[in-house]
Amino acid sequence: MLELTDVEVRYGAIRAVRGISLKAEKGELVALLGANGAGKTSTLMCIAGALKAAAGTIRLDGRDVTSATPEAMVRNGVATVTETRDVFPDLTVAENLTLGSYIRRSDRAGVAEDREKMFALFPRLAERYGQPAGTLSGGEQQMLVIARAILSRPRILLLDEPSLGLAPVIVDQIFEMIGVLKRSGLTIVLVEQNAAKALAVADRAYVMRLGRIAASGSAAEIGATTDLGALYLGG
Amino acid sequence: MTFALQFTIDVLSLGGAYALMALGLVIVYGILKLVNFAYGELIMVTGYTLFLMGGSGLPWLVMAAVAVAMAVVTGVLTDYIAFRPVRAKSITAVLITSFAFSTLLQNAALLFISPRPRNVPLPALFSQTVEIAGVITPVRNLVTIAAAVVLLAVFAWAMRRTVLGIAMRAAATNFTMARMLGIPANLIISSAFAISGLLAGVVGILWIGRIGSVVPGIGSEPLLVAFIATVIGGMRSLEGAVLGGFLLALIDTSLNYLLSQELLKFRDAFTFGLVILILLWRPEGLLKGPATGQRT
Ligand SMILES: Nc1ncnc2c1ncn2[C@@H]1O[C@H](COP(=O)(O)OP(=O)(O)OP(=O)(O)O)[C@@H](O)[C@H]1O
Ligand SMILES: [Mg+2]
Repeated sequence: MLELTDVEVRYGAIRAVRGISLKAEKGELVALLGANGAGKTSTLMCIAGALKAAAGTIRLDGRDVTSATPEAMVRNGVATVTETRDVFPDLTVAENLTLGSYIRRSDRAGVAEDREKMFALFPRLAERYGQPAGTLSGGEQQMLVIARAILSRPRILLLDEPSLGLAPVIVDQIFEMIGVLKRSGLTIVLVEQNAAKALAVADRAYVMRLGRIAASGSAAEIGATTDLGALYLGG
Repeated sequence: MTFALQFTIDVLSLGGAYALMALGLVIVYGILKLVNFAYGELIMVTGYTLFLMGGSGLPWLVMAAVAVAMAVVTGVLTDYIAFRPVRAKSITAVLITSFAFSTLLQNAALLFISPRPRNVPLPALFSQTVEIAGVITPVRNLVTIAAAVVLLAVFAWAMRRTVLGIAMRAAATNFTMARMLGIPANLIISSAFAISGLLAGVVGILWIGRIGSVVPGIGSEPLLVAFIATVIGGMRSLEGAVLGGFLLALIDTSLNYLLSQELLKFRDAFTFGLVILILLWRPEGLLKGPATGQRT
């Protein structure tokens, strides 16, 4: 469904991603692991259209979407939850969610229904409905950006370190949520620092090192053969 | 009492015009983080459109609507001609192209119309006065206040209650994230320029209504006013621009009353002195606005 071939991402002279190829099939949850600076975020942002690929191709259902704009990628069914948890801080929770459903705003009934589902999944958001998103806690902001992404009814969800800086209880909640989304048939690419947790929900995993794919395989294989500690110490 | 009323009407009518000017400038700045130096020319275009329709015999309101529409069109054209081709390249390039577009429009007016002032058609209302509680005031001041109140209210409503308005506020804080939710960059930018043109067009008519005629350089003072008002109020917030506009009008009007005849020549020097003091006290302007403000 999603397929990257020899994709490179550069920041000026810095080659952050040096030719990676990866795939995610429909309904699959693919984990992308690696040390700080390995190029995981750059890869996701490149898929999302927010960074231009310097080389290589990105295909979606066989169609070349390598140079698509971010807004076109959303219309293609790819939603992104960024590492920096980009809520619009001075917009209310409700307004943030409204923008999540921007591309299907004419489908009022469907949007309202999905909104209710999100509130059932994250009751906190319902309580904070009219509050500026900037005043939410880190965990609440994470819930908001995930809910916001899902309101576009994506076929593929890109999640960049959803557990970053959150308390263990909240992390568990987020992972439970990821499990629910996976079971609903959504294709997910998950970047995580928390490799054990990511591998527990993932079908397959890729390990990135210095901008390249260092290992790939089923989640169980990667879990068994890779020294997860060394992975994150930059080994 | 009559003095207080007189003063209030003066401040509100000047401030209403200033606030609209500032808002038109800052709406584009908020999205692109770039000052549109061709903003003043939108007012010029409004004036000349009104002048050119002078003999047409159309009802004045129709002429005014066409003039405002021309400002909107020119605003959107500014984006296509001066901003869009070089936007991705460098800030300097856009500053230069927006200056160039401004000069081009002014020179077109010089060449094809005239360097001398041209009278524009205005309804009789604009030269009449009314008496309110013993204060004699020009009707156009009251028209300005009413127009400012209506436009500011509609604008505030649209920015909070319409999806496009919410999207524009989002794009002003984090343009890339807004795009990653499917909000088209070009739609947001064109809308900002169109709103900028609408505000400039309305202010243009009110401004020219005070003067009665249009010259090629008519836009320079409104541009300066808008720029100062937004700097005082805070470049990043729409409310700040409005506040800055009214504050600048308060300063100007107070100086008009306070300064003696021979000092009045130097009013602008006093105004700028006060502006500098405000900026020393609050270098970011009075209202900070959203925290993030990276150029896109
Ligand atoms: N805007 C930028 N300008 C220059 N270099 C950048 C930029 N963003 C990232 N890089 C560099 O690209 C490389 C990959 O960064 P990236 O953020 O993709 O890594 P990551 O795997 O997501 O790391 P982390 O786990 O810390 O989030 C790093 O060496 C980083 O310094
Ligand atoms: Mg990262």
